[in-house]
Amino acid sequence: MPRRKRLRKVVAPPGFKSFKPMGLNNKPTGEVDLLYEEYEAIKLADYDLLNHLEASKLMGISRATFARIYESARRKIAKALVERKEIKAVYGDVYFDRDWFICQSCMAKFTLPNREILLCPICKSENINSL
Amino acid sequence: MKTVITSSGDNLNSSFDLRFGRAAWFCFLNEETGETRFEVNEYAESQGGAGTKASEKMIENGVTKVISGDFGPKAKELLEKFNIQMVVLQAEENTISEVIAKLK
Repeated sequence: MPRRKRLRKVVAPPGFKSFKPMGLNNKPTGEVDLLYEEYEAIKLADYDLLNHLEASKLMGISRATFARIYESARRKIAKALVERKEIKAVYGDVYFDRDWFICQSCMAKFTLPNREILLCPICKSENINSL
Repeated sequence: MKTVITSSGDNLNSSFDLRFGRAAWFCFLNEETGETRFEVNEYAESQGGAGTKASEKMIENGVTKVISGDFGPKAKELLEKFNIQMVVLQAEENTISEVIAKLK
């Protein structure tokens, strides 16, 4: 049995369902499936201009895995551009990053669904850090 | 505000349970009045989906905060979706009343 895939952490899903080529005589010639983690890799490396090591840490995967995802993302986009295919955003092996916090005085870890009150739910300390 | 603390027994002197979906009991605490109510977790021994079932129970009861030792992936997902605050405490040797005392 192969080793299970580590889930890749994604800050936010892409804000689109698909990109379609325009100005074709006929319909797009097919589609490529751009996974959420591939979108995130492109975003971190080429939009946020992080290096691969920083980006891989943010996504909770190794640098080599990040490079692999990034490369596959670039190839898919190139393929779509050249072959006039539609780019579809597809859910991959991901989980979403909801911020967890840690309280520095009682070491409790917690989420804050209501972002206005930044207090530790246990000891009401304001001395909290994001995890 | 309704808070749930996972418990290994049915009274205030029982110890804190570090698991959420498979906790033996849930202690429902009303933080304003300090009232507590214990409810057995009937899904603790189930084959699968204990975290989901337990989360559904929280949602049905209108709980806003859950204190436990850890949350499984399914429970996390559901609780997040319904804006229920999750608190992870490493307090295995504490009793429920000690955990409640910490909240004040």
